[in-house]
Amino acid sequence: MRITRLAATFGAMTMLFAAAACGGDDSDNAGGSGSSGGGSGIVGKASGGKLTFGVKADQPGLGLQTGSTYTGFDIEISKIIAKGLGVPESGITWKTTVSANREAYIQQGQVDVVVATYTINDERKQKVNFAGPYYVAGQDLLVPVSSTIAGPEALAGKKVCSVSGSTPAKKIQTDYKQAQLQQFDSYSKCVTALAGGQVDAVTTDDIILAGYAAQEQYAGKFKVVGKPFSTEPYGIGVKKDDTEGCNKINEILKAAATDGSYKKAWDDTLGKSGTPAPELDTSKLTNCS
Amino acid sequence: MDVFSDPANRDVYVTGFLWILKLTLASSAGALVLGTVLAAMRVSPVPVLRGFGTAWVNIFRNTPLTLIVFFCYFGLFSVLGFTTSDNLELNNYWLGVVGLSVYTAAFVCEAIRSGINTVPAGQAEAARAIGMSFRQTLTMIVLPQAGRAVIAPLGSIFIALAKNATIVGTIGLMESSNAMKDLINANGNAVFTIFFVFAGTFAVVLIPTGYGFGWLANRLAVKR
Repeated sequence: MRITRLAATFGAMTMLFAAAACGGDDSDNAGGSGSSGGGSGIVGKASGGKLTFGVKADQPGLGLQTGSTYTGFDIEISKIIAKGLGVPESGITWKTTVSANREAYIQQGQVDVVVATYTINDERKQKVNFAGPYYVAGQDLLVPVSSTIAGPEALAGKKVCSVSGSTPAKKIQTDYKQAQLQQFDSYSKCVTALAGGQVDAVTTDDIILAGYAAQEQYAGKFKVVGKPFSTEPYGIGVKKDDTEGCNKINEILKAAATDGSYKKAWDDTLGKSGTPAPELDTSKLTNCS
Repeated sequence: MDVFSDPANRDVYVTGFLWILKLTLASSAGALVLGTVLAAMRVSPVPVLRGFGTAWVNIFRNTPLTLIVFFCYFGLFSVLGFTTSDNLELNNYWLGVVGLSVYTAAFVCEAIRSGINTVPAGQAEAARAIGMSFRQTLTMIVLPQAGRAVIAPLGSIFIALAKNATIVGTIGLMESSNAMKDLINANGNAVFTIFFVFAGTFAVVLIPTGYGFGWLANRLAVKR
């Protein structure tokens, strides 16, 4: 077991180096070949049959790691993209990212593509290029079933939990100052604190909360308030200069919206809670510049 | 440096280090008291107290601080309902102080115990000879000399404590490491500036502190 794993790692590394070398060669004599172009973008990388996806590992329904396998809507979207770029499922390397390190991972090249509940906003656009959105979420509240909190206005004096440095946490700090904000480094800790009654609500995007509410051990204990107070378009992050890759991903998303693979990705993951698949609005896709 | 010219960011930075300062001060006071009591227990003639002191030191010295602080929140507070304040931040702060104190007390105890070993046996024997009780011997003869012998190691422990205080960030206090994470998340273009300012602040404060303890140790040393 150990030896095979080691061998696999070395194999993967050699192939990665080989792929990188190929990419380098490509760009060196790009004038001659005139094929898919730049070796640094994901399109060039995908031609080597390998891609690294940055995903969340602690969000049920979206990106959840159990053992060494990842499941969720983001994972299915990643697979669709990989397929569209010609990368087989065996060529995908999953890498766990958290809210705070997504830009850094893209910039340093630790991951090629980030599909990790990644809200498109102007600050982030300065550092990375976004394809998508593939889903539009909204910030909402997760509360115990018996709670009287009916919306963000009722948060004054209440204890709200979110992940430090995330967009929802910032929103609470700026727009709902009377609420007390408890920050942890993961949503799982927030949900544990909610179950124990140490906080009154957990706040982040509605589909993430729905994922937690639908988890077996919390079934029937929590509810999502259902009054989103922000718009969070989820994008797919690639390197800032990779316009080609970004355009390609948008094309793949367009195709996925029509051929039913987007709906299937939803039905297999978040759709299990009974929510019908949303319409992927291809007219709202970014222009990748 | 333009990250820190924004008053909001400067505020995050200052609050972050104020929390570290408060954590360090409160925890070092707690650890000093607790550690001295533990050291007294470990040299006492009562076997139960000796056992208790030894157990404390062995348990807390060998448990990762992250776990202790985590336990303070999810064990002490969540499960056992130990609440120190209705204010969320203050509650987290005091839970952090408890965690840091019990952890650091183990180290303080061992430092003081080693100081007790530097006091010649004749001192304690002489105290016994003039009829002093164990308590009198310890508080009037042995501990004052022992304390003065271990100023320098205690200084190291408190410097370590100041840096360990960042671990309270795991239970959500906006101390310096969380403040740094926040700033980096919002200013991805200035990661190195932010990092060096935070690391530099620790160095700028703690290096003189180290020399201060060294000077104090020299000044207060018992000349034999």
